Amino acid sequence: MNIVVLVKQVPDTNSERRLTDSDHTLDRASADVVLDEINERAVEEALRLQEAHGGEVTVVTMGPDSATDALRKALSMGADKAVHLSDAALHGSDAVQTARALAKVIGTVEGVDLVLAGNEATDGRMGAVPAMVAEVLGLPALTHARKVEVDGSTVRVERETDEGVAFVEAALPALVSVGEKINEPRYPSFKGIMAAKKKPVTTLGLADAGIDAAEVGLANAATTVVEAAPKPPRSGGQKVEDAGDGGVRIAEFLAAQKLI
Amino acid sequence: MRLNDDQRALRETAADFAAEHLAPHAVEWDQTKHFPVDVLRKAAELGMGGIYVAEEHGGSGLGRMDAAVVFEALAEGCPAIAAYLSIHNMVAWAIDRHGDDAQRRTLLPGLCSMSALGSYCLTEPGAGSDAAAIRTTARREGDEYVLDGVKQFISGAGSSDVYLVFARTGGAGARGISAFVVRDGAPGLSFGPNEVKMGWNAQPTRQVVLDGVRVPVSARLGREGSGFAVAMSALDGGRLNIAACSLGGAQAALDKAVAYLGDRHAFGAPLTSAQALRFRLADMRTSLEAARTLLWRAAAALDDGASDATALCAMAKRFVTDTAYAVADEALQLHGGYGYLAEYGVEKIVRDLRVHRILEGTNEIMRVIVARDMLGAAS
Ligand SMILES: Cc1cc2nc3c(=O)[nH]c(=O)nc-3n(C[C@H](O)[C@H](O)[C@H](O)COP(=O)(O)OP(=O)(O)OC[C@H]3O[C@@H](n4cnc5c(N)ncnc54)[C@H](O)[C@@H]3O)c2cc1C
Ligand SMILES: Cc1cc2nc3c(=O)[nH]c(=O)nc-3n(C[C@H](O)[C@H](O)[C@H](O)COP(=O)(O)OP(=O)(O)OC[C@H]3O[C@@H](n4cnc5c(N)ncnc54)[C@H](O)[C@@H]3O)c2cc1C
Repeated sequence: MNIVVLVKQVPDTNSERRLTDSDHTLDRASADVVLDEINERAVEEALRLQEAHGGEVTVVTMGPDSATDALRKALSMGADKAVHLSDAALHGSDAVQTARALAKVIGTVEGVDLVLAGNEATDGRMGAVPAMVAEVLGLPALTHARKVEVDGSTVRVERETDEGVAFVEAALPALVSVGEKINEPRYPSFKGIMAAKKKPVTTLGLADAGIDAAEVGLANAATTVVEAAPKPPRSGGQKVEDAGDGGVRIAEFLAAQKLI
Repeated sequence: MRLNDDQRALRETAADFAAEHLAPHAVEWDQTKHFPVDVLRKAAELGMGGIYVAEEHGGSGLGRMDAAVVFEALAEGCPAIAAYLSIHNMVAWAIDRHGDDAQRRTLLPGLCSMSALGSYCLTEPGAGSDAAAIRTTARREGDEYVLDGVKQFISGAGSSDVYLVFARTGGAGARGISAFVVRDGAPGLSFGPNEVKMGWNAQPTRQVVLDGVRVPVSARLGREGSGFAVAMSALDGGRLNIAACSLGGAQAALDKAVAYLGDRHAFGAPLTSAQALRFRLADMRTSLEAARTLLWRAAAALDDGASDATALCAMAKRFVTDTAYAVADEALQLHGGYGYLAEYGVEKIVRDLRVHRILEGTNEIMRVIVARDMLGAAS
């Protein structure tokens, strides 16, 4: 079974993240960039499926030159090969353009049975690209997976949202986006790290992927960020005076925040 | 001087592993003298059981510079566990480097996966710095050797499976020494009680007692009389690792001090606003960078097989372990009374780092090596 995993390099959530003043796109230079953790989980899931069913795992990214580091991390975890769509004209693409471009790149990989992605990237947080990629490719989309199983030509997913868990299935080929709870990603082993640099990484420009430059980039985006303001600093916490019902009121508070 | 892509990735794996599996437990392991063999085996799954063992025997096939980066990152989580891993790797490397095919095939897979732990048995009650004066004997009897003697201060003893034992097969001095592999469970092999010590409590230190232990001739590593050379060749890399372990410990202590001084208010301001303290932090960081630079230079020399590698390893071991100890002690001082409490994790680092100035050749012996390289042997 051949699997494509969509991976994205994002600013480390531990470092300060900002937008550039000039065009309100993400300031990638000001923060440490890493492979998005949700994508590490997607890669982990792909590797587990590969261990059970064979086939090849290809990681795909669209991003600047530095995004090769994210591909390398995925390769050192165990993915077999990588495709990197990198072109200055892609800067500032919105979610729809990103999805169209990724769909083209997936088209360059042969015999894809399953596309895996993260639910939502930690930077853009659109939570939309996977479903849109599926739409463009005409694949069934199974999102928010907390468990994935493949049985013959059927993929079964436990789909978990705030409302509950749904058990869904689709015929392959299909697209699945995974949630935080799907698994614990492995660390790259030393052998995996040394092997990664010998694995094939194909770098594509727009023309190589058959993408029209007039369809991508900030200037052609359907949506643009026109203004951004940092979150106001946290206000002081809420005090609960215990009048005998303190425990109950704390439990109610936590339940209202969906923490319990 | 900067790390290449591979080294940055190796560092990331080691640092993430240390942050998840070592740092949160380090103080507790120290307090309860717990040797976390299960965690060592997890580290081995990532390739840390045979860092510079060839890949065909289950190792990671890395170099000394790579290892220096890995050990520094591990020691940020726990210097004592990182240092035990170094000793284990010294044993695995010696077998890969000096063993024959059969020895590699039978011993290395277990050592690399750490289903079998290794111990390095050179020091004796009567011979430490003067290691060529060891008195443990290996007497040839037909197809066997019979080993008799006592080894002192052996890290991992009692928990290990593979004991690399240096014993006398010939006359006095270095040329009369040979190396042997003794497996746990051999009749006549026993261990002293776990020593009560200042630091390194997360790994056991015991005497190894050899009382008529019989091993086949095939358990000898290398030629008869080559044992001292085996022992010393393993120590060049061991010394770099011990230095790297000191560096990681000191870096963790410095990071704690920076965080602590930022939080701690006195005289109406955070302590990080006092220039005297800011300067001390600046000096500590500068000292560690200088130490790291020498360590990497020595590691590169050993990777390149440079003729001055042994002297550079000795310089690095002496300078880095002394400097890192001073920085860790200073970090404790900057924590005030809290630095003296186990809970803050700094006093434990200081205690662990103290022994790095003593073992794998004392820092005085490092000066002996450097001076001999400059001046020839003292008359
Ligand atoms: C602060 C900010 C605000 C933005 N606002 C808008 C907006 O209002 N409208 C709009 O259309 N766009 C917006 N964008 C741009 C948009 O986020 C990017 O186009 C982005 O690539 C797609 O959205 P996402 O990363 O949030 O995707 P999500 O849909 O959250 O990503 C889910 C998964 O899709 C896959 N994926 C996403 N991007 C890539 C990629 N480049 N390469 C490989 N896999 C990928 C990954 O598997 C990822 O885990 C914004 C970006 C930022 C940083
Ligand atoms: C916790 C711990 C773990 C250890 N683990 C191991 C292990 O796994 N395997 C192993 O084989 N050994 C191990 N050792 C032993 C360690 O390597 C020795 O303790 C060390 O080499 C010093 O030997 P010694 O204790 O006999 O001191 P001595 O050699 O008696 O030295 C006493 C003092 O004299 C100084 N001195 C000696 N000779 C000279 C000289 N020529 N010039 C100047 N000064 C000199 C020394 O530097 C020292 O300060 C361990 C020790 C400890 C404490």
